[in-house]
Amino acid sequence: MLESNPDNGSNGGGTIEADVVIVGAGPVGLFAVFELGLLDVKAHLIDILDKVGGQCAELYPEKPIYDIPGIPIVTGQQLTDQLMEQIKPFGPTFHLGERVDSLQREGDHFRLVTDQGTAFKAKVVVVAAGGGSFTPKRPPLEGIESFEGKSVFYSVRKMAEFMDKDVLIVGGGDSALDWTLNLQPVAKSVTLLHRRDDFRGAPHSVEKMRQLVADGKMRLIIGQVTQLHGSEGWLEAATVKTKEGEERIGVTAMLPFFGLTMKLGPIADWGLNLNENLIPVDTEKFETSEPGIFAVGDINHYPGKLKLILSGFHEAALMAQKAHQYVYPGKKVLFQYTTSSSNLQKKLGVK
Amino acid sequence: MAKITFIQPDGSSQVVEAQNGVTVMEAAKLHEVPGIEAECGGACACATCHVYVDEAWREKTGTPADVEEDMLDFAFDVREESRLSCQIKVTDALDGLVVRVPAKQF
Ligand SMILES: Cc1cc2nc3c(=O)[nH]c(=O)nc-3n(C[C@H](O)[C@H](O)[C@H](O)COP(=O)(O)OP(=O)(O)OC[C@H]3O[C@@H](n4cnc5c(N)ncnc54)[C@H](O)[C@@H]3O)c2cc1C
Ligand code: FES
Repeated sequence: MLESNPDNGSNGGGTIEADVVIVGAGPVGLFAVFELGLLDVKAHLIDILDKVGGQCAELYPEKPIYDIPGIPIVTGQQLTDQLMEQIKPFGPTFHLGERVDSLQREGDHFRLVTDQGTAFKAKVVVVAAGGGSFTPKRPPLEGIESFEGKSVFYSVRKMAEFMDKDVLIVGGGDSALDWTLNLQPVAKSVTLLHRRDDFRGAPHSVEKMRQLVADGKMRLIIGQVTQLHGSEGWLEAATVKTKEGEERIGVTAMLPFFGLTMKLGPIADWGLNLNENLIPVDTEKFETSEPGIFAVGDINHYPGKLKLILSGFHEAALMAQKAHQYVYPGKKVLFQYTTSSSNLQKKLGVK
Repeated sequence: MAKITFIQPDGSSQVVEAQNGVTVMEAAKLHEVPGIEAECGGACACATCHVYVDEAWREKTGTPADVEEDMLDFAFDVREESRLSCQIKVTDALDGLVVRVPAKQF
């Protein structure tokens, strides 16, 4: 849908300098770009997902929302698309598929580093992290943690690593099917395990997979994994429950695909005050316990807080006023309407 | 109106009263039944409201619709009697319903 700006050197080694870095590109992070943009403050957004829109795009793209003021009905994806359209004039830079791991104050600015090693130097940080980072669900199998990273993976970085592996892929959606088809020619063997003989994934992928099974090139098991066996992180076998009973199959790698869930993640280590995984803020500026770090949307907490998109939009507008002061110290903000201010209309590209 | 019994993995149980029209998930949340997380608030988008319907009640609660079946793929230890409790509406016919809460919702 969108690409990060290549001349911004998102992975180019050096530190990226920014007025504002927004952690999280959910609806509230996106709208923050607009409110900041009206005040001439430019933003970089970082999200662990490979797309923008947060919960709206990931959890309910097709479902209708009825309580966005002035829009009687809009789906999660439509709202995301329209927010993208609305903020386009402000040229935000997106860094998708990256998780912000650390945030530190360094003199008069902040330093943020992602899991991909991208570093930012920002005057202001806006945490719009919603319910936290979208993270793959971990099947509640005993001892699974000890295998993670060595023989249990939630994503594939290098296919070659599976060359000599007997791979068990679990799930019935596109991720499970795509990796089955991609790894089948590479891995020593591939077994796909799904709880029912019906797949949510794209029909042509299902067809290809069934052909491979018919040709004896891979195995499909209808059932569920109940136990993992192995030692020191190296998987040797998995117990699988099927209609016929239990079976122990020899596998040396497992890829479970059970969707994503939101986990607070690294935010817990940023030295911010936390209250039950939420960041307390004031209701004038939506600033955290650390001056210059703001929190808007689902991630923040204050008396009377409602986790609604419309509340997040309001918070973003007030936050922008104070953020402006950090970016342009001493400069006064003139209160203006988009309807009547030719200055604002120029910024929006409508004049 | 229906009385619904939620049985926990340790065997303990809790009976709650639910108005017609609410969902079994909502009844559980209103009465703080442990083990029903319902992260998505009933939108059939999270599978963290998974329950096992007692054998005697399976016919009355019916079978999952396609979207619910798809979502059940994201639940753990799914069985024949698995349902997402946010997709079961309470009616008089469900008075006495018994459901089991799974050991883990993921
Ligand atoms: C099924 C469902 C239906 C809903 N219906 C409505 C409705 O009708 N009306 C309404 O107002 N609200 C509704 N909501 C709630 C609404 O979606 C949320 O209030 C809204 O998404 C919050 O927006 P946000 O931008 O604060 O956070 P989110 O949408 O949660 O986005 C936060 C983003 O930050 C990212 N992130 C977090 N930490 C990091 C990190 N360290 N590094 C990188 N990225 C990070 C996450 O991956 C995520 O993409 C609904 C929610 C659900 C689940
Ligand atoms: S509450 Fe999320 S699927 Fe039922």
